[in-house]
Amino acid sequence: MSTLLSLHEAAGTFSESALHGIQTLAAEGKDNPRADFSDTPWWLSLVKALIIFVYLLVSTLMVIWFERRVIGRMQQRPGPNRNGPFGLLQTLADGMKAMLKEDNTPAKADRFVFTLAPLITATMCFIGFAIIPLAGEVSMFGHRTPFQLADSPIAVLFVLAIAGIGIYGVVLAGWSSGSPYPLMGGLRSSAQMISYEIAMGLSLVAVFLYSGSMSTSQIVGSQGSVWYIVPAFFSFFVYVITMVGETNRLPFDLAEGEGELTGGFHTEYGSMRFAMFFLGEYINMFTVAALATTMFLGGWQAPPGIAAINDGMFNEGWWGLLWFTIKLWMFMFVFVWLRGSLPRTRYDQFMRFGWKFLIPATLGWVVLVAFFRGAQNGWFGDAALEIAGRRFPVSSLAIVGLVAVGALAFGWWWDNRAMAREAAANETAPEEIDPYAGGFVVPPLPGQRLRETARVGAPALPEADPVTERPSGPAVFDFTDKEAPRG
Amino acid sequence: MSNPYVPILFLLALGFVFAAGSVFTSLVVGPKRYNRAKSEPYECGIQPSPRAEGGGRVPIKYFLTAMLFIIFDIESVFLYPFAVAFDQLGLFALVEMVMFIITVFVAYAYVWKRGGLEWD
Repeated sequence: MSTLLSLHEAAGTFSESALHGIQTLAAEGKDNPRADFSDTPWWLSLVKALIIFVYLLVSTLMVIWFERRVIGRMQQRPGPNRNGPFGLLQTLADGMKAMLKEDNTPAKADRFVFTLAPLITATMCFIGFAIIPLAGEVSMFGHRTPFQLADSPIAVLFVLAIAGIGIYGVVLAGWSSGSPYPLMGGLRSSAQMISYEIAMGLSLVAVFLYSGSMSTSQIVGSQGSVWYIVPAFFSFFVYVITMVGETNRLPFDLAEGEGELTGGFHTEYGSMRFAMFFLGEYINMFTVAALATTMFLGGWQAPPGIAAINDGMFNEGWWGLLWFTIKLWMFMFVFVWLRGSLPRTRYDQFMRFGWKFLIPATLGWVVLVAFFRGAQNGWFGDAALEIAGRRFPVSSLAIVGLVAVGALAFGWWWDNRAMAREAAANETAPEEIDPYAGGFVVPPLPGQRLRETARVGAPALPEADPVTERPSGPAVFDFTDKEAPRG
Repeated sequence: MSNPYVPILFLLALGFVFAAGSVFTSLVVGPKRYNRAKSEPYECGIQPSPRAEGGGRVPIKYFLTAMLFIIFDIESVFLYPFAVAFDQLGLFALVEMVMFIITVFVAYAYVWKRGGLEWD
């Protein structure tokens, strides 16, 4: 009874503290955007929208050329190098050619949806970039304005929602084509995207735990001392995997696995409508990479060494755009590198990896980060150890120790299981097998003998002797007695 | 600018105008040469297989994946406000959230054991 009472009391203090927390939250408003749009007239927003739009289009033209050049180098060939300096205008030439091709609509297609789908993809891919901060405060036409189109307390949720709408383009394209390959490709692609969206969403929770906000400007601002890739390294790892899965890129481009689906959901598309899907894919790559930069790599902030030069001179104004672009292109290189070096996975492997590893592992990681954060806030006592002049809370060290022990135990269990599996695989095969035991015919391994099946009505065959001698019954591989000699 | 979402509409409009404009241009500029084989479904050159109106039947696995997605996506969305307000809410929220995650994990283990996550 007394324990129940104390539990009740504890719950009382808990809920009191929670209530207090909500009140302070309302007062502090920590989750509000840091970016200040008060000095931004509407026409300046339009100008910024135009700049971001052009930035994305030019980046797409560049990245397609970049991808073909880098993959060409990886395969020891030059890649496109004829149109313009270093072949830079190749993509533009390809785009013009696509425009001059016939825009064919298959007879069985749903004409309206067939045209709508690429428009959805190409329109939605731009919007995700609206909340990405490309730089800090900049001067533009006499106004001080943050170099980002918009921000809100739920900015990151907005990007995830837009990514969800983008999937409609793929599904509708597959369905409306009126052809089996696109239908399968569209279904696969949507199942793939939604499966990896869960792990992607969960991996971001760790960042929110540290930043205490979902506004992108606030997240970038709170990474001044240390980028979140350090405390949330596992989240970063999961995010990079899921962003490849989300954008249908190799090794996860199962939606258009040409060996099995010819082209996937856009098999029936040609001309500019196909180009819209192509554009959407590349801009989506930029969007997920920009989100990774913002969430884990400090956004537009200069790298630690450079940020300290001359009182943070390189950390202000338009310099942010440079650092942001460099970080963005690092991810682009990783995308190309993956494509150049990894073969495509199988669909069931891909789904198993997403559902059975990424989701539970990320969930466990979120719980772990929450406990760490609690220890940092001193919720488990204030005891701390002084090591080399730095204070380490005892509770954090206890969590680290627990995780280490858990990891060791898991490794031990995993090793044992692997060894057991290996032992099972190395087990010597039985010397005599029944070819029909599994329901279908199985050929014997070398050194094995087939057991003759009993014929209906035939007398039971004599038992075969052990392998040391030839069997006394009908010989196994000796087919000579089955056929009477001719002639 | 009172509403933070208005600038996003500018970008939406730009994107739509660009996409619709280029598709329309290619319709006008591109050639049109009718050929019956061109308007048939592409199946690597063989006769197109007959197909039911509206797509026909598709494997139930896709539906199952969509249902599981709704369950787990809602879970991750529930984790967002918790994570954002974590520092203010205190130990109470941490305990509550661990309880919530364990509850969802039971469902996850059930789906796994019933073979809902297998893909053959």
